Amino acid sequence: MIALHLPALQVVLPLLAAPLCALVRRGNPAWAITLIASWAAFAAAIGLLLRVLDEGVISYEMGGWAPPIGIEYRVDLINAFVLLVVSGVGAVIVPYARKSIAARFGSTEQAWFYTMYLLALTGLLGVTITGDAFNIFVFLEISSLASYVMIAMGRDRRCLTAAYQYLIMGTVGATFIVIGVGLLWAMTGTLNLYDLAQRLPEIQNTRPVLAALAFLTVGISLKLALFPLHLWLPNAYAYAPAVTSAFLSGTATKVAIYLLLRFFFTVFGGVDFFETTPLPEILLILSIIAMFAASTVAIFQSDVKRMLAYSSVAQIGFITLGISYATETGLTGAMAHMFNHAIMKAGLFLLIGGVMFRLGSVKIEDMAGIGRKMPITMAGFVVLGLSLLGTPGTVGFISKWYLGLAAVEQGQWWLVALIVIASLVTMLYIGRVVEVAYFREPTAKVAQLQEAPAALLVPSFVLVAAAIYFGLDTSLSVGLAQDAAALLLSASY
Amino acid sequence: MTDILASVNYWVTIFLMVGGLYIIVAHGNMVKKLVGLGIFQTSVYLLFLSPGKILGGTAPILAKEFELYSNPLPHVLILTAIVVGVATIALGMAFVVRIHEAYGTVEDDEVHELDTDT
Repeated sequence: MIALHLPALQVVLPLLAAPLCALVRRGNPAWAITLIASWAAFAAAIGLLLRVLDEGVISYEMGGWAPPIGIEYRVDLINAFVLLVVSGVGAVIVPYARKSIAARFGSTEQAWFYTMYLLALTGLLGVTITGDAFNIFVFLEISSLASYVMIAMGRDRRCLTAAYQYLIMGTVGATFIVIGVGLLWAMTGTLNLYDLAQRLPEIQNTRPVLAALAFLTVGISLKLALFPLHLWLPNAYAYAPAVTSAFLSGTATKVAIYLLLRFFFTVFGGVDFFETTPLPEILLILSIIAMFAASTVAIFQSDVKRMLAYSSVAQIGFITLGISYATETGLTGAMAHMFNHAIMKAGLFLLIGGVMFRLGSVKIEDMAGIGRKMPITMAGFVVLGLSLLGTPGTVGFISKWYLGLAAVEQGQWWLVALIVIASLVTMLYIGRVVEVAYFREPTAKVAQLQEAPAALLVPSFVLVAAAIYFGLDTSLSVGLAQDAAALLLSASY
Repeated sequence: MTDILASVNYWVTIFLMVGGLYIIVAHGNMVKKLVGLGIFQTSVYLLFLSPGKILGGTAPILAKEFELYSNPLPHVLILTAIVVGVATIALGMAFVVRIHEAYGTVEDDEVHELDTDT
């Protein structure tokens, strides 16, 4: 019974828990509800993945109305994998959130924060699981509206302008997606993704279909912060509370990447736009610019959170680079890097949140000598930093290996060189923090610091451990990514 | 000429869409940007609704005397989209109020100046 309704429970559990948090209006009970709901969602994602591995695609008729008229939740290996990443990151952050959020907000505000957290989680899981194009838009807006509020709860007043800017750009992006969906609907009369995939090849060279593809690509690229549509991201991540930055960097952009994959390879899977339009070349060039420009900007940031935010834009460039090949190895690299980057960047933001908790600032100059006073936190930072630049034995190496392999397959050795150089640029900005943290004399303020509390360290180190574990045992991350990539290219849904 | 008139709904849609987007990009006043956003979103409602309307058609009700009716699906979709639009504009307005409290202005460039000063 429960197994049968897992697809619905995946979304409904956090959705029902959100108003409960708003109703209890007190921080600790709201946190407890969030903890239960987020871990239940994680359990549901694991259950769904096991079922998909066991019996293949799951089609769930929402409310008992048969698709394509009714809304269908459709789970295959690809979105089961993304559900696992999103709900996993969402679950690990909640134990961290309690201490971090309680340090800054009154009881009622905490309850509101958890309400928004659960709504954002609901929206992201909904976007991933649904098989209905309009449903995607609605869930996307649920998650976006909740995340704007979560960003606006930062301690600096600049978080307000960051949230406003994100609201404007995010809404333009979402509206572009609806325009694309509307054009597809006008041409085919269906909103079901599976149905669309069947009907599009017949009308593939008509202008509205290509216009729909263009609108969808631009809209989704805004949401995933593809260069040069990334302008909302640095401020949003830099001024938001640590929990928000970690959650959004680990989930929101990843779900947008999933959407891009789903539309490119499933819905438009029968349309040969990769050969007839310059889209792959454009994607390739933008990805390379993102990898270099954003990394270079990251070097010159004085605020560690802002630096990590620019680094996110660069890492997203690596992911879209893999997508632009449209080969099995390239997509494997992209999907594996999606998984790995979610772990690394969420972990880094959580650890830096620990520094913020003790020091009250994350300016690099203020962090002089902090490696001696907060050794565990900074050790975690170094491990994840090494992973970010792609050291063997960590997750970062695995996905860059596949991205490099994909370039070699195409005979583009110069791209392998670019990937390596871009990784070295990563070393410059991570190295800058490490240098200040370990090799400078502690300032008076730093000298009085204690290690971050265990409540913040333990969840962060779960992600650090995951970054090492999945760097050594790749059967889960790469194995699934490989199967999912093969499935994407076969265009069967 | 008749072609242009026949697809007048699309021309209006495109006009609103481009106009709304232009306001978002061109204006530095945060309230005006939201107005642009509202117009931009409204254009999409028209894009969905107008192809579903059949001239002379009624509402889709099950009765013997009516056979020609409009497609009800766009109305349902756009009702949802309107709710989303209202929520977005409301939240945007709330941010503008908070920004005004924090900075004393809602002009893009003035807010930017205040941030670079401190």
